[in-house]
Amino acid sequence: MPKSAPVQARHRPSLLTGYSALPGVPDELLREDGTLRPEWVSLISHLDGLSPDERDRAFARGAQYLRDAGVFVRHYGEEKSPRDWPLSPIPVIQPAREWQALGEGLAERAELLETIVADLYGENRLVEEGHLPAGLIASNPEWLRPLIGVKPASGHFLHFLAFEIGRGADGGWWVLGDRTQAPSGAGYALENRVASVRAFPGYYSGSNVERLAGFFRSFRDGLNAMRREEGSRAGILTPGPMNDTYFEHAYIARYLGMMLLEGDDLVVDDGRLMVRTVSGPKPISVLWRRMDAAWSDPLELEASSRLGTPGLLGAVRSQGVTMINALGAGVLESRAFLAFLPRLSEVLHGKPLAIPNIATWWCGGETERAHVRANADAMLIGPANSTRLPLEFEPGAVLRGDMSGIGLDLETWLEKEGRNLVGQELVSLSTTPTWEDGGLKPKPMRIRVFMARTRDGWQLMPGGFARLAATSQDPSAVSLRSGGTVADVWVVSDKPVSEDTMLSHTDEVFVRTSPGLLPSRAADNLFWLGRYVERAEGQMRLTRAYMSRLPETPAGGTPLMSRLEIYLDDHGLDIAEGVPATLERTIAMAVNAANQVRDRFSVDAWASLADLERTVGNMRKTVIPGDDAASAMGVLLRKITGFSGLVHENMYRFSGWRFLTIGRSLERAIAMADLLAAFAEWSGPHGGFELCVEVGDSVMTHRRRYPVAASRDTVVDLLALDPLNPRSIAFHIDEIRDQVSLLPGADVNGQLSQLSRAVLRVQADLSVNTPQSLDQTRLVELRQAIGLLTNDLHAQFLE
Amino acid sequence: MLYDIKLGINYIFQAPAAGARQILHAMPLTIPGRQRLIAGSIDIDPAPAMRRERQDFFGNRLTEIAFTEPHSKIVIALKARVEVTGGAEPAAASVDLPDLAGALDAERDLGPRSPLHFLPASPYARPDAAIADWARTLARPDRQCGDIVAGLGLALHREMRFDADATTVDTPAAEAFAARHGVCQDFTHIMIIAMRSLGIPAGYVSGYLRTLPPPGQERLEGADAMHAWVSAWCGPGVGWVEYDPTNAVFAGTDHIVVAYGRDYADVAPVRGAMRTAGGQTSNQSVDVVPVGD
Repeated sequence: MPKSAPVQARHRPSLLTGYSALPGVPDELLREDGTLRPEWVSLISHLDGLSPDERDRAFARGAQYLRDAGVFVRHYGEEKSPRDWPLSPIPVIQPAREWQALGEGLAERAELLETIVADLYGENRLVEEGHLPAGLIASNPEWLRPLIGVKPASGHFLHFLAFEIGRGADGGWWVLGDRTQAPSGAGYALENRVASVRAFPGYYSGSNVERLAGFFRSFRDGLNAMRREEGSRAGILTPGPMNDTYFEHAYIARYLGMMLLEGDDLVVDDGRLMVRTVSGPKPISVLWRRMDAAWSDPLELEASSRLGTPGLLGAVRSQGVTMINALGAGVLESRAFLAFLPRLSEVLHGKPLAIPNIATWWCGGETERAHVRANADAMLIGPANSTRLPLEFEPGAVLRGDMSGIGLDLETWLEKEGRNLVGQELVSLSTTPTWEDGGLKPKPMRIRVFMARTRDGWQLMPGGFARLAATSQDPSAVSLRSGGTVADVWVVSDKPVSEDTMLSHTDEVFVRTSPGLLPSRAADNLFWLGRYVERAEGQMRLTRAYMSRLPETPAGGTPLMSRLEIYLDDHGLDIAEGVPATLERTIAMAVNAANQVRDRFSVDAWASLADLERTVGNMRKTVIPGDDAASAMGVLLRKITGFSGLVHENMYRFSGWRFLTIGRSLERAIAMADLLAAFAEWSGPHGGFELCVEVGDSVMTHRRRYPVAASRDTVVDLLALDPLNPRSIAFHIDEIRDQVSLLPGADVNGQLSQLSRAVLRVQADLSVNTPQSLDQTRLVELRQAIGLLTNDLHAQFLE
Repeated sequence: MLYDIKLGINYIFQAPAAGARQILHAMPLTIPGRQRLIAGSIDIDPAPAMRRERQDFFGNRLTEIAFTEPHSKIVIALKARVEVTGGAEPAAASVDLPDLAGALDAERDLGPRSPLHFLPASPYARPDAAIADWARTLARPDRQCGDIVAGLGLALHREMRFDADATTVDTPAAEAFAARHGVCQDFTHIMIIAMRSLGIPAGYVSGYLRTLPPPGQERLEGADAMHAWVSAWCGPGVGWVEYDPTNAVFAGTDHIVVAYGRDYADVAPVRGAMRTAGGQTSNQSVDVVPVGD
């Protein structure tokens, strides 16, 4: 359908009724004469052909995808309630020809930046010759002195860049700011793409929209090619789940098939960077860092950092690791550079910037100061070394000459503080359509574009991450934080484009690669995820057992109910609550553990866990003790088994899955030993045996296997000793033993590890028991012995 | 003067600490025309798995060490013989304060001793309004930089009470100033903040102080541990001068320089954390004895 769409719309689509560009700025959708730009024709006629209902459903599909995938915006300081991702359903469309020219211009800019940063960490000739003010560099907090004179192992400082660009009044692109440290957003661009494909499924597949996968594949191949040592790896370094772009780090790690690492996962040994894995330390020689340099090494940089790796700079200094981008590359992000780049381009490249940047004046020079003073009405004046997004207001800045926040008049301020200030011209940016109140509305926009150094040189991602202003035309309002929206960017070719995915090309030789290393921290989180999910399930079953008996319990109670109340209380479960707070906490801990290893889960598994957490939260507000609570537990049990099912059906059977499974089995075996010790006693309250069978989810099995009513012998046999019952202690001890024997280091030079020996001992002790000999004392001992396995596991793999 | 210097630093950990990695700034520098390191050694017990000597950005000597095995105690022992032949008082008339900014604008050098590193805020020397106000009332603008250094340092010495127990390594300078007490580290950071607020580049000097005074003179404060004082830049002619606000003197032949930095963070005697479950205690002893005494 899109291919047959006319290049020139014969008549104006009804969708455009009421849409008109704002005066004085270009519009991405319409030309100055009001006609549709050719690259938009096909999408607009597609949308025009949909009924309002179909259109709403299409847009809703995109939004639904992002919610399901758990894409959200989290800000530092906002522990709770991350906001939904504000995606505008209409992409920003750019013609491929123009994009290619943009790419060539930005590649020149990237080279210019590389030359400058290499000089700032090398000979410092630009400062010496007066092209850059020495004082400005000395006061730049990202000019990292411990890295002066250190040459990057790859030979380059810059490998992955982002540029904020906007279309100015003249119709050309302007660079608003350079992101050279650890630019975020490429993963969000990918997610936006998936969402927009969901919104326009039939349309997208036949469209000439250029795919993103090739860009990422080239970048990843480039990273892998930089590995120094045989067998060493490339990884992604993240500050962790509390960072506001952690979601993106996990997403991109999963997408590229790279390890997601935190500073604590890494150690430096003799100038080499190693990742601590369950198979021991393994070399890492390329690190795509999503962490600001200052936090990366507490030994030589920010001493208070808990996120970094002590000694990392030593590994960088001995060229044991290539950092993407080099530590210290953030020096170029300061706004003041925009004032010097036009001149530096002339000095270093012998020609003006191919893509200009917004006009910027450093107020340390007298002429520049005078200019800023005279034109303050049309400027943002702010800290010269600020690395905030372009034109974003901050404390200590002056917008349009409003001095109210400063306490000095403009002239005095500029004279006194000029060396630390830049003035930037407030530019008006082009508009692009978004969907509002059932129609298209123009909004000012800017785009973050991404550039990667590949083996074939700098490559511009054919797409990007667009930010649209909320309402006003003031470009300083174009910020996600002030409530705007984001949009996908489509680069549309004249010709059909090839389908592309991250999977290898067919002309590459197929090699089954090893499934990757498991960092110890990830193993730890998987182990605890297994335990918490199982613990939550146990708490649900116990709560249900109590709540379902409550309505028929006579006033004054029964011995069984009294015993159960004590048992629940021992486990922190409050019987006065329909849905106990402890259960909600257990689930929150499971979510927290899962969040630390988010790169290892499918979107579906994550969505199902998030759904469980949401449901528990909602139920806590309404569910009351009794039948209501019992049926609520039923709902939660179905949901939690859904999550377990997704994990166990789909997760690759390698080390990570084994730790998850060991955690689950350990928790289940402990809980069962606990339960039997409390309720499967000869002298226990009436109904205790049935309770064990019910909480052990083995009612059907019991009925089938034993033609008699539950007795101590049948219950202990089925729930403790029967190796075929997936609820029995024996089953899970066998499972733990199997999994442990398959983990790395199960035996050391032919001798069993301490963990293997401990598991074997528990297994042997259990197997010689009969239902009669496995009395309460033995059950309590067994429970303790199983619990102690955690320590052995920890000592062998997780420290 | 010829000195024999001994420094001992002990760490005792409640639970054995593994994976420790540290940077030591303890060995005296050789500064032509001022002091010369004749011999020096640092012994570390237990022996670290990795040990490397190098220079940092500011030209200081540092020792980087790493331990792989867990240890419950680490003992660092430095011995050095140093000849001190001069101090760091202003050798000539320095520029007037109003002319300093122009001199700094003309600087194109970003080498280790460039004054430009020492004007911006640094982790332990953040701008503070109270200290800046105090500095402004004392520094008459038509004065020479060298006089301002001496005047401000003397005033600080008079107002502050030396108290070894009142502050810790991490007490902010502003807090120590508000209470008008502290140790050499606090005196030094306060004076650095004051200098920078006036536009005078100022840095942190760590070093040693002669333990016992020459006969008939008073014992200097801060001789029991590593000492700290201020270096300040007084224009291109005079360059750097060093003032010890704890003792209200320009650094002389009783002062032995170990390292220069923007503040304590750059030159801490021992930098780097231990991975340990329990607490730790540490102590430091310093002995600086003139040879032949």
